[in-house]
Amino acid sequence: MTLLKRGLSRRRVLQTGLAGIIGTGVAPMIFTKGAWAQEFCNNPTGDTVTFGLNLPLTGAYAEEGADEQKAYELAIKHLNGEGDGGLLNVLQPSALKGNGILGKKVAFVSSDSQTKSDVARAGATRMIERDGAIMITGGSSSGEAIAVQGLCQEMGVIFMAGLTHSNDTTGKDKKRYGFRHFFNAYQSGIGLAPVLGQEYGMDRRAYHLTADYTWGWTQEESIKNATEAMGWNTVAAVRTPLGSTDYSQYLTPILNSGADVLILNHYGLDMVNSLTQAVQFGMRDRQANGKDFQIVTPLISELMAKGAGESVKGIFGTSNWHWNLQDAGTIAFTKSFGAAYGSPPSQAAHTAYVQALLYADAVERAGTFYPPEVIKALEGHEFDGMGNGATLYRAEDHQCIKNVLVVRGNESPTSEFDVLNVVQEVPRETVAYDPAIFGGELGPSEPVPMC
Amino acid sequence: MLTMPRNDLLLFLGFAIAVLTMPIWMAPFGAAYPDLLQRFMIYGLFALGFNILFGLTGYLSFGHAAFFGVGSYAAVWSMKLLTIDALPAMIFALIISGIFALAIGYVSLRRSGIYFSILTLAFAQMSYNLAYSVLTPITNGETGLQLNINDPRYLDRMFSAATPSVPSPTMLGLPLTGFTGFYFCAGFLIIAFFIAQRITGSPFGMMLKGIKSNQTRMNYTGFNTRPYTLAAFVISGMYAGLAGSLLAITDPLAGAERMQWTASGEVVLMTILGGAGTLVGPVIGAWLIKYFENIFSAINENMLARFWDFLPDGLDHAAVVVSAKFVGEGWFLTLGLVFVLIVVFLPGGIMEGVRRIASWIDRNRKSTPKSASPKTQPAE
Amino acid sequence: MFEVIFLQFLNGLDKGAAYALIALGLTLVFGTLGVVNFAHGALFMLGAFCAVLFRQLITLETVTLDPTKLSPWGSPLEIREPLVQAWFGDFGAVLLNYSVLFSILLTIPVMLVVGIALERGIIKHFYKRPHAEQILVTFGLAIVAQELIKSFFGPNPIPQPMPTDLRGAADIGAFLGMQANVITYPIWRLIYFLFAAVIIGGVFAFLQFTTFGMVVRAGMADRETVGLLGINIDKRFTIMFGLAAVVAGMAGVMYTPLLPPNYHIGMDFLVLSFVVVVVGGMGSLPGAVAAGFLLGILQSFASMTQVKDLIPGIDQIIIYLVAVVILLVRPRGLLGRRGVMEA
Repeated sequence: MTLLKRGLSRRRVLQTGLAGIIGTGVAPMIFTKGAWAQEFCNNPTGDTVTFGLNLPLTGAYAEEGADEQKAYELAIKHLNGEGDGGLLNVLQPSALKGNGILGKKVAFVSSDSQTKSDVARAGATRMIERDGAIMITGGSSSGEAIAVQGLCQEMGVIFMAGLTHSNDTTGKDKKRYGFRHFFNAYQSGIGLAPVLGQEYGMDRRAYHLTADYTWGWTQEESIKNATEAMGWNTVAAVRTPLGSTDYSQYLTPILNSGADVLILNHYGLDMVNSLTQAVQFGMRDRQANGKDFQIVTPLISELMAKGAGESVKGIFGTSNWHWNLQDAGTIAFTKSFGAAYGSPPSQAAHTAYVQALLYADAVERAGTFYPPEVIKALEGHEFDGMGNGATLYRAEDHQCIKNVLVVRGNESPTSEFDVLNVVQEVPRETVAYDPAIFGGELGPSEPVPMC
Repeated sequence: MLTMPRNDLLLFLGFAIAVLTMPIWMAPFGAAYPDLLQRFMIYGLFALGFNILFGLTGYLSFGHAAFFGVGSYAAVWSMKLLTIDALPAMIFALIISGIFALAIGYVSLRRSGIYFSILTLAFAQMSYNLAYSVLTPITNGETGLQLNINDPRYLDRMFSAATPSVPSPTMLGLPLTGFTGFYFCAGFLIIAFFIAQRITGSPFGMMLKGIKSNQTRMNYTGFNTRPYTLAAFVISGMYAGLAGSLLAITDPLAGAERMQWTASGEVVLMTILGGAGTLVGPVIGAWLIKYFENIFSAINENMLARFWDFLPDGLDHAAVVVSAKFVGEGWFLTLGLVFVLIVVFLPGGIMEGVRRIASWIDRNRKSTPKSASPKTQPAE
Repeated sequence: MFEVIFLQFLNGLDKGAAYALIALGLTLVFGTLGVVNFAHGALFMLGAFCAVLFRQLITLETVTLDPTKLSPWGSPLEIREPLVQAWFGDFGAVLLNYSVLFSILLTIPVMLVVGIALERGIIKHFYKRPHAEQILVTFGLAIVAQELIKSFFGPNPIPQPMPTDLRGAADIGAFLGMQANVITYPIWRLIYFLFAAVIIGGVFAFLQFTTFGMVVRAGMADRETVGLLGINIDKRFTIMFGLAAVVAGMAGVMYTPLLPPNYHIGMDFLVLSFVVVVVGGMGSLPGAVAAGFLLGILQSFASMTQVKDLIPGIDQIIIYLVAVVILLVRPRGLLGRRGVMEA
């Protein structure tokens, strides 16, 4: 039996031993399961390797989840050498050959996380334990990402985070096995504040409405710090329950509060609802303190802008990426995605696609699927050509450091997808920060836990 | 145990064997992986406890998930502050959820019927909303409460130095992951089943059933029913707390969503689906729903295409399109339909179906004893 | 400070009107049929999706691909030709603009049929069964309805635009002779308030001043005696169920511009509407209306920063807190009749 050749860890003896004692009928099953004859979790032995896609297909962020799924399927096609190759052709440096990963064809399994941390974790566990996923990726809320990232650390499986914007993901909750390509709230603050100052002046009075959970708080804090540093005042910061549908009772007090800017720290449906309702309250037609009243949405995506429709015109926010950029990587990805699905990709789709490629590239460079080696290959990796300019996967916190986009709602869209304009690309030197400010500990990569 | 009636003993042994051999007979259904099996055990325990309240006394609580969530939080806190060992975590969870259930039960049981349902619903929703927002220092809000490397774990620190990585829960040094975790949970499910069986058969259980059939009459006979219903409520809340702590032990995370009213609705579905008032029914209901949620929901169009492959062209495509509405993301639709059919036609749940089939076979055997043997498979 | 409180009060009235309208149908069903209808939220949702369907019908387009031109993402440019405008010209444009209001015409018959079919098909078999089983079967029906909608319309909310003239806010302060631009309120919310008031008044008038209403009220008080008088009370109750479905559906339609409907919108309102009904008193129509306004106003004030600073988190639990207190202190609710579900 192969088990004996590799030497028995104490834990494995106990696991198999107990199973054997309790039900002898069970034991043969476990030995044949194959998962026990490998030195790390789900070492691919056949000619395929499986990605586990953890996507919110229902719930508040379902729209982002659906777009991520399209992007992953496209990335997997490209990795396997099908289609036009997409970003494989422009990634610099690249070890990808377009024949799968280390010669193994890429397959995937998926799971609907329902935008709930619990369900996301159960789905990830299923994909690791039953379907043999070598890597978990996806998710579009920070709660989900942090929960799944913690699980992956315990299981010894690499997690490539999808859309998660909270400072905590690569801050106080960072993990050795978790990696984030997306930017974070802190970077939104640094990137957005100067543009706001330039457009709206330095003596503004801001009123925050904040989704009452960790992401909302970190964003509120980041934006508050950045705007107050340039001279703005904060009139009030009001927390609204996550998933509220009617914001009217939070909007009425703003009208006569003396504030002249409303900052909405909401995301997904919450933001679509709060922004639409704020506009219905006539906030954008108001005057306050002798200035035009303004609304700012620090994090915005094309999907949300589409949902908010008319209301989003002229409103400032930040994005990780936008399909309208003119570099080679963006053009290649937009074309490839558009040809496949008939619409341009969202930033969620982009980050998902890039994460899948970066993982594959790291495995190729490491020459093995063994997670600690892959982690080493990703840490401190410097690359270019993925649409965000030169990018660094920082070793200290596994956060990608790259340009941040300041965007503005398009006043005269030419199509239903043309809803945001890129106003400014904030260079990565400006939005880089000291990883120590958020604390947290990555933890060890070895010994590799066994799932 | 020796004094148990023979039928009870057989039921108990049958149940225990069925549970322990689950990794074998679940394999053909694609469900024999530890995480799902653990969930089968945990939610089975949850439904078993819910049934002690709803099945025996008839009080329909729409807020039971709150106790489940409180149990989870208590267990994770015990693992953060005291020790990574599972037993203190479970004891702590039992105590906290018991106190919580006592407080909520004391207030809610002043009313009955739908008012009781609304009261429990209101309490659970308040717990959920607060856990999500202002109680974040305790619950860690939306992210969920997790173990960290630098948790104090005072008891563990007395005996050993800090580990370099986040430890995973153990019981007396035995790590509770994979199949070990399953057998750990299975053990508690079997114990809990035994206790539930004893409660049902005891004078206390008879009293609860009396309350269900006619509380007014019970009151007129001179019984003060309140202490009995309250006891049932607390026991049932502790079952939920225990289940919650087991979920937190096998997967050390406690999130607020598991307290939401839809989660309470789920345990109601489980119990009704299996058969309220029976012992095995709720557990089967829980297994069925968790199976649907995890396996049925993962079926995608490719799998369906393979399944319907034998049909002629065009027809197989139509079959895929139609059946795709009921699996994958649509699994909840199937569940809803099954649930409505059961409530309308089989108010006693799956167990009533089993009983009806059994008595139908029985009748046939009696009337035509000779032709009975080939008719073991009922036509229904 | 005065204008803040005034606005918050106005907002409370507005919210309260929505709550009352949703709770009205629920009370109607409980009061007449004695059925606890957990599918009421689903009826609200179905109404909202009538509006969605109507808008989808009138925005049908012919799409022609122009392969000579490419969109920026590389697929052939689509040229869309709206059909309704092509057929009806100016009237088509008006229809499109006011689609929310016009969709009520579709909603009323659809919801009437849905309501009557539901009552005749399933709910009538549950009159004699315990409340717990009524809750369960209607809960199951609600799941089926929302999952059906999900599988046809997808899980995402579908925004419904308001008529262009009714967007933005009205300056109520100036209208009442106060300082301009201080007390403003969205026009559509004011319309919703008026709409709710009209519907609630209409239902009351219908029950109070028509023979049909009189018979139904008599049936609510004593079903058997009315039956003995040779009146087919069952038929009238069926119609009442249909009416309740219509009220719920219209409430849903009018809410769509404020909140893009998705399949889950009904469940979100369900818990709330039950709390309103229980606070008002099971089966009491005036109670439901009063409780709706009370809870709306309380919630509005609980959301103010000044109050939240005093009691953190109060805005999230106020509704449930009121329900608990009412149920413990006065179990028959604010205006409930003595003896109805009093236990």
